[in-house]
Amino acid sequence: MNRLSDNALWRATARGFAAIGITGRTLVIAIPMLWFLVFFLVPFLVLGRISLAEAIIARPPYTPLFERAADGTLSIIASLENYWFLWQDTLYRNAYLSSIRIAAISTICALFIGYPIAYFIARSPEPRRTFLLLMVVLPFWTSFLLRVYAWMGFLRREGVINNMLIWLGVIDQPLVMMQTDLAVYIGIVYTYLPFMILPLYANLTKLDGALLEAANDLGASPVVTFFTVTLPLSLPGIVAGSMLVFIPAIGEYVIPALLGGPDTLMIGRVLWDEFFSSRDWPVASAVAIVMLVLVVAPIMWLQSTQDRRELD
Amino acid sequence: MKYRLPFNLPAAGVSALAMALALPASAQGVVNVFNWSDYITPEVLEQFTEETGIQVVYDVYDSNDTLEARLLAGASGFDVVVPTATFMQRQIAAGVYQLLNRDLLPNIANMDEALMNAAATHDPGNEHGVIYMWGTTGIGYNIDMVAERLGEDFEVDTWDMVFDPEVAGQLADCGISWLDSPTDMFPAAMAYLGLDPQSTEAADFEAAAELLQSVRDTVRYFHSSQYISDLANGEICVAVGWSGDVLQAAERAEEADRGVNVWYAIPSEGAMQWFDMLAIPADAPNPENAHAFINFIMKPEISAEITNYVWFPNANAAAFELVDEEIRTDPAIYPTPEVTETLFTGVTYDSRTDRLVTRLWTRVRTGQ
Repeated sequence: MNRLSDNALWRATARGFAAIGITGRTLVIAIPMLWFLVFFLVPFLVLGRISLAEAIIARPPYTPLFERAADGTLSIIASLENYWFLWQDTLYRNAYLSSIRIAAISTICALFIGYPIAYFIARSPEPRRTFLLLMVVLPFWTSFLLRVYAWMGFLRREGVINNMLIWLGVIDQPLVMMQTDLAVYIGIVYTYLPFMILPLYANLTKLDGALLEAANDLGASPVVTFFTVTLPLSLPGIVAGSMLVFIPAIGEYVIPALLGGPDTLMIGRVLWDEFFSSRDWPVASAVAIVMLVLVVAPIMWLQSTQDRRELD
Repeated sequence: MKYRLPFNLPAAGVSALAMALALPASAQGVVNVFNWSDYITPEVLEQFTEETGIQVVYDVYDSNDTLEARLLAGASGFDVVVPTATFMQRQIAAGVYQLLNRDLLPNIANMDEALMNAAATHDPGNEHGVIYMWGTTGIGYNIDMVAERLGEDFEVDTWDMVFDPEVAGQLADCGISWLDSPTDMFPAAMAYLGLDPQSTEAADFEAAAELLQSVRDTVRYFHSSQYISDLANGEICVAVGWSGDVLQAAERAEEADRGVNVWYAIPSEGAMQWFDMLAIPADAPNPENAHAFINFIMKPEISAEITNYVWFPNANAAAFELVDEEIRTDPAIYPTPEVTETLFTGVTYDSRTDRLVTRLWTRVRTGQ
């Protein structure tokens, strides 16, 4: 087979696919679309369907969606009762609010710690910059769980920090740091800090140095330059970094479970309880759906306002 | 050894061939065991493989809830699981387990009849499971830290340690932990209040929840396995825990030899006696191997070996004499007849009670 006929064959195949609506573009989009369908939309629909059922003792432990009556008629059993239940009991509202609060405070802390680091790395000369970035990413090479356990070693009553402070004579009684909200904040900020630093760094390195020189020439002090030039221009980086920290922090389960105290109320834990302790998969699914809506809605709103701003 | 090589070579070749042929059919195959953490000695698994040729794939959990979620989801892939009898009762109703084939379990004759009958209240006729180990839910404590705060003469065998605001308040600074298990904590609180610990009345749960809430501020954390190492390290001084787990902590503390002394008390107001059952899921991939494994565990010497390691009593009458004397005569592990009188067994809750219990437990734990 020579090259020409090979080519012709290929073109004919492409034409054939195009005839039934498959073009190169659809093929390229197909992979992410398929991913989205299989790993997001289908599980989401399954969750949605379970959230409309009722818990029973069976395997699986919820009522079927369709039921065939004795006379052969097919009826759909679905109710919004589980959502009504979530609305009625203040536990769930408080858990959502508390999760949002913990995530928000952690995000702000991560921003205040991450911004100077990102700024410093972006301003560093080239070889050192690569090295510093590597240091930021390096912890990812060990397991996340292991890193949280390492914090348990630091914060424990007989842990590194207490022993050090006692040895230095700063305190005589060990401080209680484990099983407190403080430990949860430390855990979340530590874990998600790289997600704050990396988008900020990407943004800050692209900052046009000429703008800073211009501000300097026009008599602005470094502080004024920072607040009037650098900070506003880095806003997209701040938003991206904050989103990357805030969203996973809301649903965080492992960190509060390992470091948090009994009164650290987060929705991830409530969901776990509904699923495992109450064995109520329908209510657990409803909790998950509501959480998803609560997280996705503000992002979509933010996205649309940003798009509009870009159009203006 | 060198000179033997030529003779062994063909044999080795043949056996390798046999293995290659056997692999697809998995003649001996595997048994997938899902058991509680710190609940077996690894040597037993090796001995089982040595004797039967069946490989053991072993995985662990630390709450009945985790196990139940895996089983209810279906196709868990496990051949042998170890639910507590109260949980097993509901799981049987959900159709999770297969009937045991007694022909494959000749060692069942070794089991203690009285204990098996007690377990049969959850599984009539012991059709779905045999007792693996049993134990009590009581109080683990650091002898010195508690004596320092309550005095040398304080009788520790009382729920006052954790449920009396005054006593628990004095112990709070050295750390109190509770099991994160409402089905253990609520009956204990009811027993302390003089209520029927087997009650399923909403009012009794409310009363128990009120008691628990009144002392929850003395609790450092709620967890069902963390307390083992924390008691052993002196990180906490009192834990509501399971007998053998506390005694494992005591043993670890003794081995570490850092001046931490841990012991276990069965509260005199009444404590829960529970049974962990060996059972086979309905969709177990290797039910025959599962039976072989359960039968192996019921050998007296194997049951005794496990008890000697995990410090939980087994229900194997033939094994009793083989258990180390130190363990067999310890009333914290094998309670005396007088103490046994005060023990109560758990009950299985219906789904409405379950929801109430979980909700009240969340309120106790989080104050919400």
